[in-house]
Amino acid sequence: MTALKFMRCSSRTCPTIRATIGVGWSRHASSNPRYDYDLVVLGGGSAGLACAKEAADCGARVLCLDFVKPTPVGTRWGIGGTCVNVGCIPKKLMHQASLLGEAVHEAVAYGWNVDDQNLRPDWRKLVRSVQNHIKSVNWVTRVDLRDKKVEYVNSLGAFLDSHTIEFLARPGSERRQVTSEHVVVAVGGRPRYPDIPGAVELGITSDDIFSYEREPGRTLVVGAGYVGLECACFLKGLGYEPTVMVRSIVLRGFDRQMSELLAAMMTERGVPFLGTTIPQSVERQADGRLLVRYRNTTTGTEGSDVFDTVLWAIGRRGLIEDLNLPAAGVEIRNDKIVVDATEATNVPHIFAVGDIIYGRPELTPVAILSGRLLARRLFAGATQLMDYADVATTVFTPLEYSCVGMSEETAIELRGADNIEVFHGYYKPTEFFIPQKSVRHCYLKAVAEISGDQKILGLHYIGPVAGEVIQGFAAALKSGLTVKTLLNTVGIHPTTAEEFTRLSITKRSGRDPTPASCCS
Amino acid sequence: MNLCNSRLSVTFVRQCSTIFTSSILQNKCSSINGRVSSCSSSFSAHRTMSSGHRGSRDSSGSPGPAGAAGVGGAPPFQHPHCDRAAMYEQPVRKMRTKGGTYDYDLIVIGGGSAGLACAKEAVLNGARVACLDYVKPTPTLGTKWGVGGTCVNVGCIPKKLMHQASLLGEAVHEAAAYGWNVDDKIKPDWNKLVQSVQNHIKSVNWVTRVDLRDKKVEYINGLGSFVDSHTMLAKLKSGERTITAQTFVIAVGGRPRYPDIPGAVEHGITSDDLFSLDREPGKTLVVGAGYIGLECAGFLKGLGYEPTVMVRSIVLRGFDQQMAELVASSMEERGIPFLRKSVPLSVEKQDDGKLLVKYQNTETGEEAEELFDTVLWAIGRKGLVDDLNLPNAGVSVQKDKIPVDSQEATNVANIYAVGDIIYGKPELTPVAVLAGRLLARRLYGGATQRMDYNDVATTVFTPLEYACVGLSEEDAVKQYGADEVEVFHGYYKPTEFFIPQKSVRYCYLKAVAERHGDQRVYGLHYLGPVAGEVIQGFAAALKSGLTINTLINTVGIHPTTAEEFTRLSITKRSGLDPTPASCCS
Repeated sequence: MTALKFMRCSSRTCPTIRATIGVGWSRHASSNPRYDYDLVVLGGGSAGLACAKEAADCGARVLCLDFVKPTPVGTRWGIGGTCVNVGCIPKKLMHQASLLGEAVHEAVAYGWNVDDQNLRPDWRKLVRSVQNHIKSVNWVTRVDLRDKKVEYVNSLGAFLDSHTIEFLARPGSERRQVTSEHVVVAVGGRPRYPDIPGAVELGITSDDIFSYEREPGRTLVVGAGYVGLECACFLKGLGYEPTVMVRSIVLRGFDRQMSELLAAMMTERGVPFLGTTIPQSVERQADGRLLVRYRNTTTGTEGSDVFDTVLWAIGRRGLIEDLNLPAAGVEIRNDKIVVDATEATNVPHIFAVGDIIYGRPELTPVAILSGRLLARRLFAGATQLMDYADVATTVFTPLEYSCVGMSEETAIELRGADNIEVFHGYYKPTEFFIPQKSVRHCYLKAVAEISGDQKILGLHYIGPVAGEVIQGFAAALKSGLTVKTLLNTVGIHPTTAEEFTRLSITKRSGRDPTPASCCS
Repeated sequence: MNLCNSRLSVTFVRQCSTIFTSSILQNKCSSINGRVSSCSSSFSAHRTMSSGHRGSRDSSGSPGPAGAAGVGGAPPFQHPHCDRAAMYEQPVRKMRTKGGTYDYDLIVIGGGSAGLACAKEAVLNGARVACLDYVKPTPTLGTKWGVGGTCVNVGCIPKKLMHQASLLGEAVHEAAAYGWNVDDKIKPDWNKLVQSVQNHIKSVNWVTRVDLRDKKVEYINGLGSFVDSHTMLAKLKSGERTITAQTFVIAVGGRPRYPDIPGAVEHGITSDDLFSLDREPGKTLVVGAGYIGLECAGFLKGLGYEPTVMVRSIVLRGFDQQMAELVASSMEERGIPFLRKSVPLSVEKQDDGKLLVKYQNTETGEEAEELFDTVLWAIGRKGLVDDLNLPNAGVSVQKDKIPVDSQEATNVANIYAVGDIIYGKPELTPVAVLAGRLLARRLYGGATQRMDYNDVATTVFTPLEYACVGLSEEDAVKQYGADEVEVFHGYYKPTEFFIPQKSVRYCYLKAVAERHGDQRVYGLHYLGPVAGEVIQGFAAALKSGLTINTLINTVGIHPTTAEEFTRLSITKRSGLDPTPASCCS
């Protein structure tokens, strides 16, 4: 069996890995017979699955445990973790639905004889379509695991000691114990609820919204991180009336100017913001609607409003409590696990990847790559570490915001304002003219060193298909992109991405960053 | 919460003030055909705010070499390629007398992307510039247009808008799949679309004229021909005018070719006519499978007309042929028939107004005929050298193009060429713009930087778009040998395609790279949604020395299609199946 796995590994995976990571490596020498498994992965999300599959590909004996606790209103889902079930995938689909509603109106401007006067979405049909897609991904994931010889058990695993994991093999059956040489904790996180009356009973989270059986209607979105803004935006695009309640700032951790621009764009589209406001209670009225009482922390004034749905988007917490980490001696910080550059916890053979890690970006592709690299280090003799710097990301609001590298503030903080040059510009997407879409918030900037070839530290873009635009520039940043190179890259006309090659106005110059001419 | 911080508000005010000043402009310069000087007062009036140091520098009268950009005023920063900001702040100097006796330092022939960029940049660097521009009406329908050249009037811009219209038709169908209560039995209103497109073009023409005036380029709406290497005869509406210049830049661009067959010119149209066609194109024969032919066929199909593509030899000559065939297949899958190995023989107009096209299969020799409402020639473009009387200036030509050296100089020392009229260079707007601008900086700004024509990214706006940068697989193999080239490839499934069940059969991408060593990426190819937006950043990456190792260690943005480049792991050499299995792990 081991020999067979080795054959499979050398014929299938090795050529690509060798070609791609460019280092010679040998297979995990031999499995330690003292343990049932070479690796137990706790959590079947992006990080856990990537790690488990890669480890199995490298010949390791792998067990993956995955279990989803239902939300307070009872939502549950299958294998694949947050991204597939209650994160990126349904979010992107709802975002796409909302953009398509906008596209129908634009189609009229472009001459299509479509009736857009009484355009309404069918929420149930949309939810069903989204859920069907998720189910099919769940299925493909299961098949993929089987195919890759990863043993999968739908159960909640917990440590008995640092090498022993206990779980229920089947509902109602006895608890089973297995031992493993290595353990990877990839249990991820779940949305937080505020500690106010009615929060858990009457509010929902992003865990529920994508399978919500009734139209959300007038919705209060509490929290202005990217989850909150994205939900508010697709709800608005689908014709519901979201309001965003912000405790302090919008999109904490992102570039301030871009974040405020994004909020202004949402305001322009009719999404109201309740600034410096915190919720105090949620009560169900006789008519079934939800009365939310809140307080403005700046003015101290209290207010209340009635909503059909209250969505908490105030942050996510790591799911450490069911793991019995003290039994293994794993250290935690807040509700996350602290790891070093090799993703090792304080217990050398226990690792953590994905959203459960303390202080790292909570993003699917980060989780996948770090999980995969970890498996290669554990079982294929590889040495490459995950590079958490310059990770690109996108906020899927109607005009999307994408960025890679440093925010302007971070650049200034790290390098000093005198050593930073910011190139910026507003631009007008060609397609926006005919439907007369607002170009007011179409803006981009490059944060660069001021001297030498002006190495680029960060790129920021608000506009259509932002993620598609920024991805290539993320590769460019990793390749050492400079302003010199950027401006000598020939544009692709007419695109919006080409605007990066036309950036010529510095903030320092004080000149007007609005464009005049179009094609010369 | 204060949503607009102060910096932002300032920017907004600035935006508003720009709109305000441009509306003043419209009022004061209501006569757009008037001479430049008639509006100069109003321009200088609204410019005073930013011209604090202008007057003093003007009065100091020190001409100084134009090359010393930023002399006198402190430029905001020093960088050879980013000093546009400094340049824009320079005063429009009194010209230093170069030849002494010439009317202009520079005459640019052609007011398209290359010519305008060159003319404007030359003025910003202190040259006295005239720009001649003239559009000959098309032979069939007499279509003509304003300043700005091919891209703005009959190229990229209207093409992209029609493409967008066609995509939006598709979006309406997708909206229904996503649950919108829209009746997707829809039809386009061709005339409304054409009107919208033309209105947009007119507004760009206007902005271009204002911009020229603003930048003090003398614009002459006339057809220029050389008398000698320093003298040009301009044919204007009002008569003829002889003008002289130290330097000439030829940027006359190109126009579509017609085949030499009966009825071609009388009954066929080209991309010069299509975007302002005053009737629905209906069933259309598109002759030619270059990118223009495929793009036109693509949006016509999307708008509900019935295009057929006639291909003489291969699809998308010059592009990666695997990708080209995938593009063709994706169009065939959408119901666009391709008549392969076929050449048209004649076009006759029938009594009912329909066009009878006779054609021949060049392999079998078989002849056939079919009726169409419209015949669109997209068989290539020719350089507009004919009217320039180049022999008088001694400029040599190759076919209908002008060969230039790496400085864009022709064989005559004071005559240059940029844009589509150059022999053997990519015919693309941004190439023309950058080349024209760099030329002007070398001529008048003391710069030395030359245009780099390598690794220019481009996009074909077919329904499923194709974009690429760098070498095709064939070219890489030719250049480095098959044993030294590794091709990573993969099919992929855009997340958004699942619900409307759009075909993912042709969503494909590949990276052509060095096989050994650092595995430097030679070329990237992508077939899928918003291809141009996806490839642009990778073009910058290629210019920054992208390697496979860097590419696959770049963290993806999920869920996008562009992230598929970071997931490329299967080599062609391995023979492994490049279709994907899992989605998010």
